[in-house]
Amino acid sequence: MDILLDIISWFFLVMGSFFCLTGGVGLLRFPDFFTRVHSASLTDTLGAGLILVGLMLQAEWGIVTAKLIMILIFSLLAGTTASHAMAKAALNSGLEPYENDKKESSSGEKT
Amino acid sequence: MRDLLAVVMLSGIYSLLSASLFLDLDAVDVAFTEAAVGAGISTLLMLASLKLVGRFENKSRYKPGLALGVVLVTGALLIYGTLDMPYFGMADAPAHLHVAPRYINDSMAEIGIPNIVTSVLASYRGYDTLGETLVVFTAGIGVMSLLLVSRQTKEESYKKVPADMQQQIILRVVAKMMLPLILLFALYVQFHGDYGPGGGFQAGVIFAAGIILYTMLFGLGNSQRLFKRKTMELVTAAGVLLYAGVGVVCMLLGGNFLDYNVLRHDPVHGQHLGILLVELGVGITVASVMIVIFFKFTWRTVKHKYKE
Amino acid sequence: MNILGLYNYWIVVLLMMIGFYIVIAHENLIKKLIGLGIFQTSVFFFYISIGKIAGGTAPILDEKWHLYSNPLPHVLILTAIVVGIATTALGLSLVVRIQEAYGSIEESDIQAQDSLDQLECSLEAYGIRQFENLYDQDLNE
Repeated sequence: MDILLDIISWFFLVMGSFFCLTGGVGLLRFPDFFTRVHSASLTDTLGAGLILVGLMLQAEWGIVTAKLIMILIFSLLAGTTASHAMAKAALNSGLEPYENDKKESSSGEKT
Repeated sequence: MRDLLAVVMLSGIYSLLSASLFLDLDAVDVAFTEAAVGAGISTLLMLASLKLVGRFENKSRYKPGLALGVVLVTGALLIYGTLDMPYFGMADAPAHLHVAPRYINDSMAEIGIPNIVTSVLASYRGYDTLGETLVVFTAGIGVMSLLLVSRQTKEESYKKVPADMQQQIILRVVAKMMLPLILLFALYVQFHGDYGPGGGFQAGVIFAAGIILYTMLFGLGNSQRLFKRKTMELVTAAGVLLYAGVGVVCMLLGGNFLDYNVLRHDPVHGQHLGILLVELGVGITVASVMIVIFFKFTWRTVKHKYKE
Repeated sequence: MNILGLYNYWIVVLLMMIGFYIVIAHENLIKKLIGLGIFQTSVFFFYISIGKIAGGTAPILDEKWHLYSNPLPHVLILTAIVVGIATTALGLSLVVRIQEAYGSIEESDIQAQDSLDQLECSLEAYGIRQFENLYDQDLNE
């Protein structure tokens, strides 16, 4: 039973760190502000959430698990609200989303 | 980098990273304080002042060759100076041999709380903490006098201008939900500082951060209806008075200044009571000073709306 | 092998020099304040890394652990962090007032305005004395 719990928590921890890593890569490689905000919020919710679930399975039932649950709820709330606030602020200041213009140029060269 | 907004954001990230590094170096109280203060309040105040002074930096007109040379020479001299310091992590370095073992070994018997940092901060080195609270108080007074607000414009106008953020419904709802949790967490950190990382400073900063969140979303007028200027000035002074008052009461009861042993029938209980009251005083002062400083900065940014 | 044990001091010196360079080489006052903050953080690292004991834990008493890191640097740095934020807040309010008084927060602009003000003051003093001499001559005539 302990081994099973260990394996499941390891799985969650690895998945959480994978999502954190892809969130970081996306932050660097995405072309536009809005897509970057999306990948940053991915780091906060999926990445931190899965890591916290993995940590919860490592701790026994007690005050530590309760604190981790509260941290999970709070970070889900705060992270999503923060990315919403950033996107809304950018939209209000006039930042345009990225338009991919490649379709028009590939159809005809002379235009 | 000429965009000061990006520079301030990077410095906030730097504070957060250094907080996590402190955590790795086993300094949990310090990491807590650095995360709350550096990544929270410091970034906020810098953003508020950026709003007032302008976001971009002018191009520098000269090449900083001399500065680079001075820096390199100083760095080389400092590295030469650290060549005979003890290695990182050695248990028999001189720093660990004289006073620290006495604190670690005798703290439980003399004071009776598990967090040695709190016991050293509030009891063994309580006088230094009184000085620190006075420094925070002085900074609050300094900012209050530098960014003075004239009486008439404030009283007549902070009721009329609506908050900037009335359209941000999601933010307002979430902030209303989170605000009681933030304040509750501040109280938890304040009184649980004896058993885990925490204490007066962190609690004061977290409380101030919650109130600042409310102020940013619901407007300065709403916040100032609750935290009036006179009240905040009195509360700031009351915190320091509580701390120094505990010391004077100890003297009146027969001990030395800030000697908590004489506060109750039993020295350990006296220490508990003394640490509780002292940390409360620190938390009250820090919270009110941070709130006052933020209010003063924010008032300057919205002042232009009231000039006719 | 012996030198590598001192790597924490190198990091401290590196951060300290970065902060120092920012303070003396940049003109903008807010950048100077941020450089001062980096300098402060490097000093915190210095003290905390001195206090760390390899294999120890945070200085909160527990039955499971026997070796604790030194709590004394933690106390000093806690005070230092709070004092740092106090000075930063005061510095930022000074920057705000300087902006209102001089119109800019670049150091060269402020120094140029100061020397111009000094020149004007001395010219005024010289000019008033000359004017007083003329007035006396008119009276005597």
